[in-house]
Amino acid sequence: MRIIIAIIQPHRLEQVKEELYKADINLITVSEVLGHGRQMGVTEVYRGNKETGNLLRKIRLEIAVNEDFVEPTIKAILKGAKIGNVGDGKIFIYRLDECVRIRTEERGPEAIG
Amino acid sequence: MKVILFLAAFFFATTAGAFAQGDVPAINPADTAWVLISTALVMFMTAPALALFYGGLVKRKNVLSILMQCFITLSIVSLLWIMIGYSLSFSPMPLIPGILGNFDWAFLKGVGMNPSASYAPTVPHLSFMIFQGMFAVITPALIIGAFAERMKFSSFLFFIILWSLLVYYPVAHWVWSTDGWLYKMGVLDFAGGIVVHINAGIAALVTAVMIGKRNYLKPTVPHNMPFTMIGAAMLWFGWFGFNAGSALAANGVAANAFVVTNSAASSAVVVWMLLDWFIIKKPTTLGIATGAIAGLAAITPAAGYVGVCASILIGGVASLFCYIMVVFVKGKFGYDDALDAFGVHGIGGFLGTIATGVFATPAIQAAYSGAISGNLKQLWVQFAGAGVVTAYSFIATAVIYKLIDMIIGLRVNDHEEAVGLDITQHDERGYTIIE
Repeated sequence: MRIIIAIIQPHRLEQVKEELYKADINLITVSEVLGHGRQMGVTEVYRGNKETGNLLRKIRLEIAVNEDFVEPTIKAILKGAKIGNVGDGKIFIYRLDECVRIRTEERGPEAIG
Repeated sequence: MKVILFLAAFFFATTAGAFAQGDVPAINPADTAWVLISTALVMFMTAPALALFYGGLVKRKNVLSILMQCFITLSIVSLLWIMIGYSLSFSPMPLIPGILGNFDWAFLKGVGMNPSASYAPTVPHLSFMIFQGMFAVITPALIIGAFAERMKFSSFLFFIILWSLLVYYPVAHWVWSTDGWLYKMGVLDFAGGIVVHINAGIAALVTAVMIGKRNYLKPTVPHNMPFTMIGAAMLWFGWFGFNAGSALAANGVAANAFVVTNSAASSAVVVWMLLDWFIIKKPTTLGIATGAIAGLAAITPAAGYVGVCASILIGGVASLFCYIMVVFVKGKFGYDDALDAFGVHGIGGFLGTIATGVFATPAIQAAYSGAISGNLKQLWVQFAGAGVVTAYSFIATAVIYKLIDMIIGLRVNDHEEAVGLDITQHDERGYTIIE
C-alpha cells in the first residue's frame, strides 16, 4: 500500500481529476495549500498569484492506493498536471503501513479499494 | 487651476443661460424627492446588487471580474450619458427623425434645474436626466451575465461603450423620447421591459453564442450563494425605484407600480419554488432568486398600466416560461448564457411587454388600455415594439461583437480562463486562504 501526495497548479485540478477517473482511481482527498519550490515563489505569470510573501496557491492531492495502482496514478497525475512550466508541482510516494475502513473496520489492501 | 475655474464658469453660464427666457413650469418638491431617491435606488441595482447577484454565481477565481465590470459600467456609462448619451436618447430635436436625437443636450447644455418642456414637467430636468442615466447604466451591466468568466476586460470596455452608443441610445430614443417612432406608434414600456430587458436579453443571447462556451469539463456550482441571495434581494429593493420611479411623480401611478412590482416578484418566486420542488425535488435558493428577477423583469413594462391581480398572473407566467427556458431549452441548444441574462431578462421582458398589451387597464391610467379592456390593437403594437427591438438588438450586437473581436479579440486565452479573470485581468484575488 502506498500513499501518493501530489502538489499541483490549482487550474489543473479539473484535468487531473478527469485523468484519475479514466484510470479508474476514484479515491481522492483534495486541499488548498500555500507553498513554493526552488524558485522561491518566482511565478511565470502573475504577481497576484502570491499571498503571504512569496507563497503561491497550490492544490494538494492525497491518494491511497494498492501497489498495482501506483504507476497508473502517477501517469494520470502527470497527464493532467504537466504543462512544462516551472510551478507544475511534484508527486511524493510514501509507503503506507496500515489502512482502516471506519464503516466496516476492514484493514489493509481491502480497506483501500 | 485657472483653466478649471474658467471651464466651471463656462458650464454654469451655459446651463443657467438656457432658462433665462420662456415660462418656467413649477417644480413639485415631492415629485423631485421621489425621482431623486428612485435614481439612487436604480444606481444601487447595478453596483452592489447586480454585482453581488452575478458575483456569487461565478467561480471564486472570477468574482472580482464581475464586481469590477459592474462598477466600471456604472462609471463609464454615467460619463458617456452626460457627454452625449442623454442627448442622443432624449433630445426631442432629431438627428435622424424618429431614430436618434441630436446633440442639443450634449454635455447637458440646456439641461438645468428647471423642468424640461418635453419630459417630467414637475421635476428639474437634471433629475429626469440622471434617473434615465441609471437605466442606461444597468442595461449593459445586465449583459455581463452572458459572457461572464471569459471576456477580456479591455475588450469589455469597448463593448459597453459601443453597445451604449449603437444599441441603447437609439432604442431608448425610439421607445421613450417624444420623437421616437415606436413611441409615436403607441408602444407602451413603462419602465424598460423593451428598452432594458428585451434589449439586454437579446444582446446577452448574441454575445453568449458568439463568445462560445466556457471551458470546463463539468459545470461548477455558484461559489457564493449568500452573495447571490443578498444581491437578488437588493435588486428587488432597487426595483421599487426602477418601476415606481418611472411614474416620474409621487402619485397614484407610482404607488400602483410599487405594489404590482412587489406582487409580481412574489408570485414569480412562489411559482419557481414550486417548479423546483416538483421537478428537481428540492426548493432552492438559486431558484427563488432567479424567479424573483424573472417576475421583476416581466412587470417592468407593465407596472404603470396593470392592476394588482394581473401582476400576480404576469409574475407567475414569467416564472414558468423563464424556468422552461433556463432549465430545459438552454441545455437543448447548448449556448452558454452563463448567468441566464437572456433566459431571465430577455424572456421576462418579452412576456411583460406582451402582457402590457393584454392587461393594461384604464383604471390605472385612463389613456392606456389593452386587449382585455377591448383595445386589441395595443397587443399588436406591443408585439411590433418587442419584435423590432429584438431584431435590432440582435443584429447590432452581433455587428459590434464581430467588429471588436476582429480588431482586439474579445475572449481571453485558455490559460487565462483556467487561471481565472481576477488574477489575469486585475492581478488580484477575491479570497485568501491563510490570513
